[in-house]
Amino acid sequence: MSHDDMDKIRQGKKEWEECSSNVKERPNKFMTVSSVPIKALYTPEDTEGISFQDDLNFPGYYPYTRGVQPNMYRGRLWTMRQFAGFATAKESNERYKYLLSQGQTGLSVAFDMPTIMGYDSDHPRSFGEVGRVGVAIDSLDDMETLFSDIPLDRITTSMTINAPAAVLWCLYIATAEKQGISSHKLGGTIQNDILKEYIAQKSWIFPPEPSLRLITDIFAFSSQHVPKWNTVSISGYHIREAGSTAVQELAFTLADGFAYVEAGIKAGLDVDSFAPRLSFFFNAHIDFFEEIAKYRAARRIWAKRMKEKYGAKDERSLLLRFHTQTAGCSLTAQQPENNIVRTAYEALGAVLGGTQSLHTNSMDEVMALPTEKAVRIALRTQQIIAEETGVANTIDPLAGSYFVEALTNQMEQETEKYFERIDHFGGVLAAIDEGFFQQEIADAAYRYQREIEKKERIIVGVNDYVTQEKPPVDLLKIDPQIEEEQKQRVRSVREKRDNIVCTNRLEALRKAAGTTENLIPLILDAVKVYATEGEIIQVLREVFGEYKEKPIF
Amino acid sequence: MTSVYDKVIEGVLNKDRRMVARAISLIENNDNGRTKILSEIYPHTGNAYVIGITGAPGAGKSSLVDCLLSTLRQQGLSVGVIAVDPTSPFTGGAILGDRIRMQEHALDKEVFIRSMGTRGSLGGLSRATKEAVQVLDAAGKDVIIIETVGVGQSEVDIIKYADTTIVVLTPAGGDSVQTIKAGIMEIADIFIVNKSDLPGADRTASEISMMLDLGGSLREWRPSIVRTITLDGSGITDMHKAIFEHRDFLENSGHLQKVRKERIRRDIIDLIEYRIKSTVWEQISGSEEFDLLTNQIMSRETDPYTAAAQILTGINLDKCKV
Amino acid sequence: MNTARKIRVLVAKPGLDGHDRGAKVVARALRDAGMEVVYTGLHQTPEQVVEAAIQEDVDMVGLSILSGAHLTIFPRICELLKENGAEDIMVMGGGIIPDDDMQELLANGHAQALFTPGTVTADIINWIHEAMKDRLS
Repeated sequence: MSHDDMDKIRQGKKEWEECSSNVKERPNKFMTVSSVPIKALYTPEDTEGISFQDDLNFPGYYPYTRGVQPNMYRGRLWTMRQFAGFATAKESNERYKYLLSQGQTGLSVAFDMPTIMGYDSDHPRSFGEVGRVGVAIDSLDDMETLFSDIPLDRITTSMTINAPAAVLWCLYIATAEKQGISSHKLGGTIQNDILKEYIAQKSWIFPPEPSLRLITDIFAFSSQHVPKWNTVSISGYHIREAGSTAVQELAFTLADGFAYVEAGIKAGLDVDSFAPRLSFFFNAHIDFFEEIAKYRAARRIWAKRMKEKYGAKDERSLLLRFHTQTAGCSLTAQQPENNIVRTAYEALGAVLGGTQSLHTNSMDEVMALPTEKAVRIALRTQQIIAEETGVANTIDPLAGSYFVEALTNQMEQETEKYFERIDHFGGVLAAIDEGFFQQEIADAAYRYQREIEKKERIIVGVNDYVTQEKPPVDLLKIDPQIEEEQKQRVRSVREKRDNIVCTNRLEALRKAAGTTENLIPLILDAVKVYATEGEIIQVLREVFGEYKEKPIF
Repeated sequence: MTSVYDKVIEGVLNKDRRMVARAISLIENNDNGRTKILSEIYPHTGNAYVIGITGAPGAGKSSLVDCLLSTLRQQGLSVGVIAVDPTSPFTGGAILGDRIRMQEHALDKEVFIRSMGTRGSLGGLSRATKEAVQVLDAAGKDVIIIETVGVGQSEVDIIKYADTTIVVLTPAGGDSVQTIKAGIMEIADIFIVNKSDLPGADRTASEISMMLDLGGSLREWRPSIVRTITLDGSGITDMHKAIFEHRDFLENSGHLQKVRKERIRRDIIDLIEYRIKSTVWEQISGSEEFDLLTNQIMSRETDPYTAAAQILTGINLDKCKV
Repeated sequence: MNTARKIRVLVAKPGLDGHDRGAKVVARALRDAGMEVVYTGLHQTPEQVVEAAIQEDVDMVGLSILSGAHLTIFPRICELLKENGAEDIMVMGGGIIPDDDMQELLANGHAQALFTPGTVTADIINWIHEAMKDRLS
């Protein structure tokens, strides 16, 4: 655009401003869900200086702002991957088969709290918690049941597991082996993002150093034996759910990602040997354009830094591939059908942002795990976007929008500011120790709640458009009996296995944990002889110790 | 007929946790039975050894207390902890989160942990803190640890209540020991350099040492300097040892008796001051004379000094003698 | 009414669930309303919660449970409070608790109040003040 044209626009904008000030604005703060103020209008002024070549370029071309693959959804739609799991392996296996029959294209496993925290179902701390928020997996026996009749060479599986990820990954590899499938053929993801646990989700076991050691062990093992596997799903979803703003989600997630890159390099690995398999996991919150800008900024920031700071040479190390889940924290218990609408808009945002894989929440998930009907609607939401709305016909359709490009740039700038602050602390681990992330998140969460209570922010059905209707009764219930059954099951596994071999293998693991030896082969050995998850984690707990949190308000 | 207060007193002396907790609440809330409880349990106090731990926020005080609890318990000692956190001057509320760092001892019957807010006391450590110590003392605790907020006046106040005062520092990047308030450095019987795996730990320790040399020996006890890492427990046994060395010094030199006597004198004076203040305030708050004088002072018709003298002539102190 | 008297509330995260956004927002709101909030931290066993409640002599225990284990945890904590002669400590809570479970817990006296997602903190504070009215006078 020429200098003259821009001047004409500036002039025109002044006239427009005067004209539009004749009508008083509504009493609204006009801010995003992250409390970022948004202007009434964006013009070429706001995108002045943006270079198509340097800042956007073509999809599949550095800096990948418009997408990581050249033909994006024209080549292959995003994977429809609904997070699922509850009760025991048998029930979850049935749910997986149902979802696959309804058109889901990838599996995603939700584990119960005892499994997440490294306890067997019969441990005293597991009391009342078995199978409630996900599936209970204690040993290879359960894992085999979970994937019974599901060919692991023809499906990719994402497992949402962090502190004990190494164990669950080995269980998956061992299960595939029993199906006659080599680990080289296996595709999938383990979340395995311990840094965000310390920051937001808080399902940690060990302190940071040994946790990072396990992660770099996984990097090394994967590049040799499970090359198609995504070894970390660097997550912002949980950070956002804990109450952060969109910029914080973006900045903290990318900072974590770079911390893993640094850990891998420090462990002596070549960056291109593991970076291609790092993947990401973002939230899709309700503020439509803010989310789209976030995803685009994410791709650009990652590519630039990986290239310029970490010297990655392999193009695949520069690609920020991500899974998205619509925002659980945006859903309401009041008038739950409204959640179908929220989820639809959020999913649309994720698709327009170029996600590789998507989970849509069910309307009843504020109160319980989803019923079959609710999860079917959630899946249909994605299918309608894919087949009927036309948004997948063209790649990155919002590129060039004055608003979206301005917002993308703004998010990148704000993120860089956070990177500086984190550097000032001495890096991610030091910042976690000082409680920096936790304080930012707690403050944002509190501010958000204050806005709602002051009615500066309206949540439909909650603080406005309220009805007195009775809550829904058709919710998924977990039969408490399954806890007893699962306890019996794990005890039976312990009795039936060769306990001498098992004890030996656990001992070998214990010894190696005190050295720098890669622990994955030893964990794999242990799970193959039916050592339980709890037993393996207990060995590691004894060597590594337990993490103690520093609480921040 | 036993009153509620008699039951509480009996409970404290019988080491009933619920009654000990209730006693502290009644005292903290300025309940009418406060004086009765405190004076009746008083004969049973004087046995506990009091350790005060202070230092800037983030220095790791709670973690150190947690570690110290382990070593004290290993010696078979019964321990009470009072963890003080700041009360918001605006809202009057507080979030008391120090217990979190002491989870290991949460179910140990011989450990009693109580969280207290400063509740607007200007010194940072309230009278109630001192009185809570008395309750725990009467309930048979061998050692009582007071963990302070670590900002402002409370850091210095701790010496009024503790037999051994510990100041916790960290090798904070750039901050040298000289920038730390002079008062803090003088009150310490033991200096802990925590997070001593961080760079600068040696420098911090030697700066403290130099400062102690320069300060001359005004005191007979030369404060110990101990390096700790709470993450792996390094230096904790040294800290434990330093505390008991200090205790031995105090007992052998007769200082302990001297200090405690001084404390009692101050207690009496504090109580007298408090009673007089309350009585005076009751009589002047809301009084028209007070308002009138204030206005006259504003317009320079009189001055505060004359006004105070005038008010005092009308004050009746009989009430506070009761 | 005694002006020095503060309402003391224990905010606890029992069980293995680590999602503490709600617990922390409530803790902060209660503090801003002038209460003293003892926060226990995560991963508490019912025994730890009750022991803390007793030592801190709180008026009320607030449990945040998002893990579905509410039908075991609330009753267990009430049982332990009773065993230790502390039934006068009130129990309230929130999290992910379906309506019929909520009714069951309230009917059995295993909680005096339960707050669903979407509750404004002002409502929790008002409820606490209402419940404490007799005690404070």
